[in-house]
Amino acid sequence: MTPDELMDVAQGLQEKDASIPNHVRVCTAASCLSLKSDELAKQIKAELKEVGKDKDTKVRCVGCMGLCSAGPLVSVEAEDQKPVMYQKVTVENAPQIAESVASGKKVKDLVCDTDSPFFARQQKIVLENSGIIDADDINDYIANDGYQALMTAISEMQPNEVLDEITKSGLRGRGGAGFPTGLKWNMLAKTPSDTKYIICNADEGDPGAFMDRAILESDPHRILEGMALAAYATGATEGFIYVRAEYPLAIKRLKTAIRLATKNNFLGSNIGGTKFSFSIDIRLGAGAFVCGEETALIASIEGKRGQPRPRPPFPAEKGLWGQPTSINNVETLANVAPIVRKGGEWFASIGTNKSKGTKVFALAGKINNTGLIEVPMGLSLREIVFDIGGGIPDGQEFKAVQTGGPSGGCLPEEHLDMGVDYDSLRTAGSIMGSGGMIVMDKTSNMVDVARFFMEFCMSESCGKCIPCRVGTYQMHELLNRIAEGEGTMEDLAKLEELCEVVANTSLCGLGQTSPNPVRSTLRYFRHEYLELIDGKHIPAGAGQEVAS
Amino acid sequence: MIMPNQKIAPPSDDKRWKVVETTIRRNGSSSGALIETLHSVQEWFGYLDDEALTYVAQRLMVPMSKVYGVATFYHFFTLKPGGKHTCVVCNGTACYIKGAKQLIDAMAEKYDVKPGETSKDGELSVLSARCLGSCGLAPAVVIDGDVKGNIEADELLNVLEGVINNDA
Ligand SMILES: Cc1cc2nc3c(=O)[nH]c(=O)nc-3n(C[C@H](O)[C@H](O)[C@H](O)COP(=O)(O)O)c2cc1C
Ligand code: SF4
Ligand code: FES
Ligand code: FES
Repeated sequence: MTPDELMDVAQGLQEKDASIPNHVRVCTAASCLSLKSDELAKQIKAELKEVGKDKDTKVRCVGCMGLCSAGPLVSVEAEDQKPVMYQKVTVENAPQIAESVASGKKVKDLVCDTDSPFFARQQKIVLENSGIIDADDINDYIANDGYQALMTAISEMQPNEVLDEITKSGLRGRGGAGFPTGLKWNMLAKTPSDTKYIICNADEGDPGAFMDRAILESDPHRILEGMALAAYATGATEGFIYVRAEYPLAIKRLKTAIRLATKNNFLGSNIGGTKFSFSIDIRLGAGAFVCGEETALIASIEGKRGQPRPRPPFPAEKGLWGQPTSINNVETLANVAPIVRKGGEWFASIGTNKSKGTKVFALAGKINNTGLIEVPMGLSLREIVFDIGGGIPDGQEFKAVQTGGPSGGCLPEEHLDMGVDYDSLRTAGSIMGSGGMIVMDKTSNMVDVARFFMEFCMSESCGKCIPCRVGTYQMHELLNRIAEGEGTMEDLAKLEELCEVVANTSLCGLGQTSPNPVRSTLRYFRHEYLELIDGKHIPAGAGQEVAS
Repeated sequence: MIMPNQKIAPPSDDKRWKVVETTIRRNGSSSGALIETLHSVQEWFGYLDDEALTYVAQRLMVPMSKVYGVATFYHFFTLKPGGKHTCVVCNGTACYIKGAKQLIDAMAEKYDVKPGETSKDGELSVLSARCLGSCGLAPAVVIDGDVKGNIEADELLNVLEGVINNDA
């Protein structure tokens, strides 16, 4: 298929869709699904039949619409009406939704205001199809410019031209470290070998985040297209998606997507009638945070215990089964097709000087609007927390926002006006990380938060090197003592010393960054440690109880 | 000593082993297939017992120590059968901040089970998970496959009581 032919197919699909007068979309991503939105979708279909509208209404099950805390969300585009979004829709509301399609009148009680800052302040690239398309329907993806970039690239561009666009775009890895993707792919392209691999890292280890999962569940073809473009640019022949076994829905949708893409020859041999061939397989993770680290991930795909090894050699030289390999995060890959489609310069015009494009965050904790957001790099924390997030519930006051999960830090009020990008977050003592953003109010105790993350690192340490294996255990003990009101100033001194040692001597990122939550809370909330050492006991995990 | 051409029979003629065998073949019948094979065994049998691990070791020609090492390294694999009912408590950051610990404590007090354990009467297994993707509903638990969000300790104990008594 040539790009023009694909364009014709897409146009045909769009016209067919436009000929259907009414469209109902029901969010069936993780959060809404847990509120039984799949049953809701079925019921809406049944009720549409009752009012005689089933023939001219298309009901789609779609991915995350963003405002998960108001779920299940349903959007309705009735003939000649402005699209309306409904929130907290239950199965009992299904007749009202069907009736509104028939009458064109809104269900006033259920309306979710899409002009609010939560929706208005976002900018969507990665999530452009999320909440719009049916993940299991490849035609939905094609109708929204899907596989256009891949077909154009393989038939009209040289691999190095694709590489150039990625380099020009300034895209940096979204898996945490922010390494320039163009540079990484260049390294792989330059390493000569008949066999090279592209791995999509979908191990999403941050315990408070679900961005990658939402992308995989909402728009899986976007990842396949990104991987195929990466393969074309670098000369890779085979791809693997390493996805957590705990994400059964994402796995199911990926499998369907791979099957359909292969059937339509967007994957497989001689893609689109060109000389380019590339196939993708899935490998399941098995619940070990350290397997998100690239060398551990490779060991795991090879069927071994997922333990990191020293670098160099870097995977670009010696990766999976000893062959050159590039490992990219889900969100990184989700940006690739739009960049190739619209050009690197377009992407580079969004964001800040050194951090280009947008970032997806999973916004949660003590905040009114929890859910998934995508914002341009450089937006301030204040805008994210107070405008998009709608501020702190229950009349409480903001205390800190945690970014970067167990490798990140907690930032206080004074940093709220900082623009969010890789470099400013690092300067302030946190990191961008993969995109978990947890808001805490005055009832949260920061020593307890530090202990929570240390407990995580301790139980996830793979045990290969002593500083991390023993250090995280000891730091956890010290934090425990301090949090329980039994700590001394010597304990605090020992804790700070251990932070240094573990950060400087651990083998992989897990150990190296494990002291970060402690360091940042010590930097901004040292008084809380001191108060506890002075004898005030704070029970474990008891945000609410501390307040009273 | 196992010879390469020796035929290794599954522990029983249970049909589920056929599915496992397909997984083994699809992944090249060698050590690289180990994790995928363990996933398949656990998916169909619920957990990995000694018999299953021994068979997998022989079938893939991998030392038992390696099979055991892999099975215990990954949290997802379980070597013990679960209880009749399971309660997975999300202990991700958002749920922790919103009181997941209280839920864990409440179950520990009433049923004497900690995450990763099964109650003595075999009725209830408690597991902990990291972020279920429902942070908007934090704290969240999954009881026998059903997600319950914004749940408090008292309510959780009531729900569990109902679930356990229902089949008594
Ligand atoms: C302990 C540890 C856990 C990690 N977990 C993940 C993860 O879950 N997902 C991810 O994409 N990257 C993770 N990373 C980063 C990867 O090693 C790697 O840098 C990343 O996948 C590269 O992709 P990117 O360049 O597209 O960001 C982790 C790193 C460490 C040290
Ligand atoms: S730093 Fe920790 S997780 Fe990383 S290799 Fe060492 S022990 Fe394993
Ligand atoms: S899961 Fe439905 S809005 Fe996020
Ligand atoms: S942290 Fe519990 S659902 Fe995300």
